[in-house]
Amino acid sequence: MSAELSESLARFFIGGVIVSFFAVLAEMFRPKSFAGLFGAAPSIALATLGLTIASHGPHYAATEARSMILGSIAFLCYAASTTWLLWRFKPSALTATLSLLPIWFAVSFAFWLAIR
Amino acid sequence: MIIGARFSAIKGIKPHEWIIRFVFGGAVCVAAGLIAQHYGPIVGGLFLAFPAIFPAGASLVEAHEKQHKARAGYNGTNRGRTVAAIDAYGAAMGCIALAGFALVFCIWLPRTSPWVVFLLATLAWLTIAVGAWLLWRKLRHRAATHKTDSR
Repeated sequence: MSAELSESLARFFIGGVIVSFFAVLAEMFRPKSFAGLFGAAPSIALATLGLTIASHGPHYAATEARSMILGSIAFLCYAASTTWLLWRFKPSALTATLSLLPIWFAVSFAFWLAIR
Repeated sequence: MIIGARFSAIKGIKPHEWIIRFVFGGAVCVAAGLIAQHYGPIVGGLFLAFPAIFPAGASLVEAHEKQHKARAGYNGTNRGRTVAAIDAYGAAMGCIALAGFALVFCIWLPRTSPWVVFLLATLAWLTIAVGAWLLWRKLRHRAATHKTDSR
């Protein structure tokens, strides 16, 4: 098995476990506004940054983390828009969350254009 | 009690919901790794804050609330969507903490042990997330009190 494939498998397994763990926390906690905090938990970062440090070194991972700050702002814009749409027009949650996903891409792309 | 945990809620999660979360989570982590490999750490880093399971999570929150109301004999469609909106509001507050996690990581990683940085960043995320939520709750309570007093 190639090193790339085994790294991808490790990412898949660790990512699945960590994301499921935070999903369980979100399911357990009340009130829902508090449980929602786990929807923006650093699950992908926790799952992948360790492997990135091991394969590319700490400086590469720190660059990724710097970029992640901008990704978080894009996520904030996306989550705030989703809240507004669901609160104001009451579409189904899946429709609202999927239809507004381009906001995350647009804000992230704008940041990428600004810092590249 | 301000914040509560119900362990019995875990039993309510159906097998296909576990699978959706596991597969989505795993797939996004693999995709983030591949994107970083092809486009470099700047683009790859953006995807570390990708709303991976947020759509699946919000729709499951809506479905659970709807089922809960249906068991009581009500049509819970509107209630389910309102709860999904509240969940999304919580996620928006969580994004501030997510940025805090990333900030701690990029400041400390080059000079400290990765284990220590993981611990510090996770603690920072938890502190900021809970702090932001408590602050929001306090402000909301104050606004409600002020509104009642002014009547």
